[in-house]
Amino acid sequence: MNPSEVSVIGANPGISPSLHIWGWEIAAYLFLGGLVAGLLVISGLAHRKSERPAESLAWRGPALVPVLLTVGMVSLFLDLEHKLHFYRFYLAFRITSPMSWGAWILLLVYPASILFALAAVGEFGPKLPGDWDLVTELAAAVRRPLAAVNVALGVALGIYTGILLSSLGARPFWNTPLLGPLFLLSGLSGGAALLILLEPSREAQLRLGMLDVKLIGAESATLALILIGLSSGGAAQRAAAQLVLGGSFTAVFWIAIVMMGLALPATIELFHRFKRAQASFYPAALVLLGGFALRMIILLAGQASRWGTLQ
Amino acid sequence: MERRQFLKIAGFSAGALAAGGGAWMLKPRTRLAGKRYQVNSFCEMCFWKCGITARVEDGRVVKLDGLAEHPLSRGRLCPRGNGGTGLLYDPDRLKTPLIRAGKRGSQYFREASWEEALDYVASRMDTIRKTHGPESMALFTHGSGSSFFVNLMKAYGTPNFGAPAYAQCQGPREVGFQLTYGMGVGEPEATDIANSRFLVLIGSHLGENMHNTQVQEFAEAINHGAKVVVVDPRFSTAAGKANWYLPIKPGTDVALLLAWMNVLIQENLYDRQYVEAYGAGFDRLKQITAGDTPEWAAAITEIPAETIRTVAREMAKEKPSVLIHPGRHTTWYGDDTQRSRAIALLNALLGSWGRPGGFYFPSGVDVPPFPLPPYPKPSRARADGSGTTFPLADQALTSGMRDATVSGNPYPIEGWLVYDTNLLQSLPDPRETVKAIQSLELLAVVDVLPADITGYADVVLPECTYLERYDDLYAATFREPFVALRQPVVEPMYNTRPGWWIARQLGRRLGLGAYFPWNNIEDYLDRRLKSVNLSLAQMKKSGVATFASSEPYIQAGHQFDTPSKKIEFYSNTLEKMGVDPVPRYHPHEEPPQGYLRLLYGRLPMHTFGRTTNNPVLASEAAENEVWISETTAAQFSVKPGQKIRLINQDGVRSDPVKAKVTKRIRPDCVFLAHGFGHHAPRLRLTNGRGASDSDLITRYKTDVLMGATGMNVNFVTIEEA
Amino acid sequence: MARYAMTIDTRTCMGCTSCVVACKVENQVDTPFFRNCVVQQISGEFPDLRLVNIRENCNMCSEAACVANCPTGASHIEPKWGLVEIDESLCTGCKACIAACPYDARFINRKGYAEKCTFCLPRLKEGLDPACVATCPCQAITVGDLKDPSSKIASLLAMRKYWTLKPEAGTQPNVFYLE
Ligand SMILES: Nc1nc2c(c(=O)[nH]1)N[C@H]1C(S)=C(S)[C@@H](COP(=O)(O)OP(=O)(O)OC[C@H]3O[C@@H](n4cnc5c(=O)[nH]c(N)nc54)[C@H](O)[C@@H]3O)O[C@H]1N2
Ligand SMILES: Nc1nc2c(c(=O)[nH]1)N[C@H]1C(S)=C(S)[C@@H](COP(=O)(O)OP(=O)(O)OC[C@H]3O[C@@H](n4cnc5c(=O)[nH]c(N)nc54)[C@H](O)[C@@H]3O)O[C@H]1N2
Ligand code: SF4
Ligand code: SF4
Ligand code: SF4
Ligand code: SF4
Ligand code: SF4
Ligand SMILES: [Mo]
Repeated sequence: MNPSEVSVIGANPGISPSLHIWGWEIAAYLFLGGLVAGLLVISGLAHRKSERPAESLAWRGPALVPVLLTVGMVSLFLDLEHKLHFYRFYLAFRITSPMSWGAWILLLVYPASILFALAAVGEFGPKLPGDWDLVTELAAAVRRPLAAVNVALGVALGIYTGILLSSLGARPFWNTPLLGPLFLLSGLSGGAALLILLEPSREAQLRLGMLDVKLIGAESATLALILIGLSSGGAAQRAAAQLVLGGSFTAVFWIAIVMMGLALPATIELFHRFKRAQASFYPAALVLLGGFALRMIILLAGQASRWGTLQ
Repeated sequence: MERRQFLKIAGFSAGALAAGGGAWMLKPRTRLAGKRYQVNSFCEMCFWKCGITARVEDGRVVKLDGLAEHPLSRGRLCPRGNGGTGLLYDPDRLKTPLIRAGKRGSQYFREASWEEALDYVASRMDTIRKTHGPESMALFTHGSGSSFFVNLMKAYGTPNFGAPAYAQCQGPREVGFQLTYGMGVGEPEATDIANSRFLVLIGSHLGENMHNTQVQEFAEAINHGAKVVVVDPRFSTAAGKANWYLPIKPGTDVALLLAWMNVLIQENLYDRQYVEAYGAGFDRLKQITAGDTPEWAAAITEIPAETIRTVAREMAKEKPSVLIHPGRHTTWYGDDTQRSRAIALLNALLGSWGRPGGFYFPSGVDVPPFPLPPYPKPSRARADGSGTTFPLADQALTSGMRDATVSGNPYPIEGWLVYDTNLLQSLPDPRETVKAIQSLELLAVVDVLPADITGYADVVLPECTYLERYDDLYAATFREPFVALRQPVVEPMYNTRPGWWIARQLGRRLGLGAYFPWNNIEDYLDRRLKSVNLSLAQMKKSGVATFASSEPYIQAGHQFDTPSKKIEFYSNTLEKMGVDPVPRYHPHEEPPQGYLRLLYGRLPMHTFGRTTNNPVLASEAAENEVWISETTAAQFSVKPGQKIRLINQDGVRSDPVKAKVTKRIRPDCVFLAHGFGHHAPRLRLTNGRGASDSDLITRYKTDVLMGATGMNVNFVTIEEA
Repeated sequence: MARYAMTIDTRTCMGCTSCVVACKVENQVDTPFFRNCVVQQISGEFPDLRLVNIRENCNMCSEAACVANCPTGASHIEPKWGLVEIDESLCTGCKACIAACPYDARFINRKGYAEKCTFCLPRLKEGLDPACVATCPCQAITVGDLKDPSSKIASLLAMRKYWTLKPEAGTQPNVFYLE
């Protein structure tokens, strides 16, 4: 018999009946991590493929990466209950813990992306005040191999932000292998959007816009697959799917993520392409906002989802 | 007066805060962790008195455990006993004597020295003695420290002293059983639950009522496969263990009990041998209950006749190891002595009195009192009506003492000494209690907390807690008799003193030092212990000593202490008084349209209102909730968790309280756990949280036989808060 | 390695919360937190109701998701007793273990570390029963070594029917509820 009445003595606030351990800080961290991944992968690939990538890809994007990464790390740090014990992440590497991978990936991404930024700016960017010659020359020599490393690290970072959540089997909403790909695709799409904002050339903007449309398509498909998977799963998964399909997160999911974050920007970008019009600020901004909303809602809905009908 | 520092309630918070919120869980400093010791004593978180072992580290009590050798705890404690350190380290404790500095009840006090506070109380008591006579002083008392204050009152010369444990609690049960068996159920209840094969709980909500040993035995009975019947308008925790749950209409238990007797008799299922051997007047009972069929009772109780019949047959199968539990807090409807007598009679039909799995005969140990000069004989009889207006009462009636105070009849009561009882929550109709208090020349309160009653006191005398003091010995009548020692586990905190010290100081000031002739409390205890071949030194180690039991079960030829020397199925005593010699069902007033009957009871982690400010226990339940059935909630448009107010038939409004909309209660009543909704601003954690059942109990039905106050007779309606 | 487990007899458990208070005091658990709790479940319709008291704490899972997801090894399996324990000196307060636990058994204490029921390991080491086991008025809780066939817990599990919480979460809990 299903219980119709449940009362608990000794419930821990913030834990039961629903979990509230992670808030905007972690959403921001996941979002920025994804964005960094997107920037690294797209610009890194451009550096590999082309001798003279577009302005945004050549140096503006790579230069922004360490900044975004720092903001992301600060968000993560803000969430830590014991900030001074950050170093303890680096006392071990735990193969079963994506959190541990993440800590180590971050440790690699940071220097790699800084080096890449220096190389990119040194080669394509404006002249920096002061004497940077030695550094930039050195970086320039390894710019293309660095680009490859950054692409790989970008993919790892992007997937990891998803796997971090999907490995948490206690939360059915997160517990899908597609969460990693979803976050990677969303990060790539966000990266493309950000690059559009950084790109002075209309031509390149439109190319990035089309890339973004494809990424949005893939992201939407992945999202749909996740929801279909959940909806056709067991009771706990179905209940989890209900959170966005007919529950507390439904309105914000459909409006902020599906409409504003995916459908609308893709439509505008397609429209620009079709009209060969000047790409505007709006679709890119919507994609970025949608990307943050996606992290936030997945983060919250996952915490609200649980196994069993019990408290 | 050296310190004319006037303090409003709020003024206390600074000092109290300095003492540290959450101080109860300060970690012991590990540097000194070598200084660990254990002390055996007994618990006072409720009146059951389980044995405890206190673990002390660096002068802090870190944990209380059940004392394994103690027959009442057997190594285990209820939630409240486990939470005892929360009282010890409650930052809101009374810390120093207080003298009123505003109108009574205005909560203005100033701090005073013990000298001054005791002088004040003694001089007023002396004036009362001289101007009105010593009988005009009354003592309301409860708990282990009582005996020294009772001694003080006897020496002073008043017959007016008593505890709410009688007229607001077990009184009717004791009288009902005395009428039937010549003796009461006693305390701890002589119920052989552990060996019971068939246990019937009529409102006894064991599991919420956490009298440790009773609950332990209940679990044992379940483990042994005993059948359980629970009769309660509310699906209690115990109901969750029941084979049969009978959702009786409130106030109709007598009809059910009569119908059960009817089935047992008519179907010849009763213990005929036992009844013939020990009973008197059975034929009259048979004749009188002949019409009390299950069908008749079904219409009254709303329990199907078939269920009534089935349960009667099932209980007969297990006789005599059947226990129709006599309950404890039996002051429900004003006819409670008769209901308790009906329970006694049903047990008698099943032959369970004095039988394994029914009631055992407890064994006692006689620890002679400390030799004292004879007490003066009061020149006036008790003012409370005990033994006079209420002929069967054999203890004082707290409510009667209050009524005499208000009316001045039979003579004025001018002074109250209150020890360990929060009269504003434990007596029905607190408005009447306040009225009585306002007419007094002296209200002195001995308490550990700034409870509601202290707010009205002229003088507040802060006692140290049970973990910081000696009290009198506890000589228990139980399965195996025992003597237990209350001893200090740590030194008293703040400027607090033990009850015995306070009583003796007052006695000395009143010229009654001869009644406190011992050098110190240790000598007193040692002398009493020596009279049973024990010593204080020995008891300080063990905490408890058990004695040999006498025969616990009935032996052929047993004589009862009744007029007929038999179990009185028909009571001539009652007949002479002009009341039902065999209990009969008389309907009670029903709630008017739109009103619900107010029921109340216990939460497992709280004792009345005395633990609601305990930080450990309040962390589990900081406020109470009103239980309302789903249908009733729908009628009143009350949503789960919504804050509502209850308004009683006299227009008294409760504080806002959360609605617990539940399947677990009949639609014609609501249920509120007792002990919340304090009006005591210095109980900072609990003041104003939840609603007080006491406030809503402005009506009560007095038991004509023994004066107890039936309190389940209030009706409430619901308003959005 | 031993495998310490717990049984809770739902037939005798009264939901009295004595174990909750005992745990809180014994282990000096910060308010407003608890290492264990009592869930009261009602099913059916009045008056044919069924009430189950489910006293919950860490399930000491064999496939402990908290341990797997802990980035530092702070959450670990204590090898001698087979218990899931937390080493505060390694904890970062990252909360991955909290999110990973299907039983909501953990919380972050005031010091910023993850905390949960330890089966009172310090007491076990002294040969004492856990505080909740020792105090339970109904003797409803038993803790012992599953791998020791002569233990009380092994015989209880052999004799009685039992269930576990959320078996579908896949962590192989070692708290067994006797029917
Ligand atoms: N409305 C309503 N009234 C009831 C009941 C009910 O359920 N509802 N129950 C009835 C029953 S069954 C009973 S037994 C009575 C109980 O009624 P009381 O005997 O009044 O019991 P408590 O309410 O616990 O009040 C005890 C007081 O003693 C104080 N105290 C606690 N420990 C100590 C100590 O060590 N020393 C001193 N000096 N003081 C101490 C507490 O702070 C508190 O103020 O109430 C009865 N009245
Ligand atoms: N945790 C805890 N335990 C305690 C105490 C405490 O304060 N806290 N106090 C102790 C003391 S002093 C006492 S006296 C006892 C009191 O506890 P008990 O003697 O067990 O119970 P009562 O207070 O008489 O009754 C409360 C129960 O009776 C039901 N009830 C109400 N009206 C009726 C009715 O008309 N008919 C029937 N059949 N049932 C009805 C209520 O729904 C509730 O379940 O508890 C003791 N144990
Ligand atoms: S029943 Fe509980 S509160 Fe009462 S004396 Fe025993 S342990 Fe203490
Ligand atoms: S102490 Fe025992 S009976 Fe009470 S809730 Fe805990 S397990 Fe159940
Ligand atoms: S119950 Fe939770 S905290 Fe305990 S071992 Fe299992 S997963 Fe870990
Ligand atoms: S909070 Fe502590 S114990 Fe939990 S996963 Fe993070 S480091 Fe491990
Ligand atoms: S085993 Fe110890 S830590 Fe776990 S719930 Fe019981 S008392 Fe608390
Ligand atoms: Mo009572």
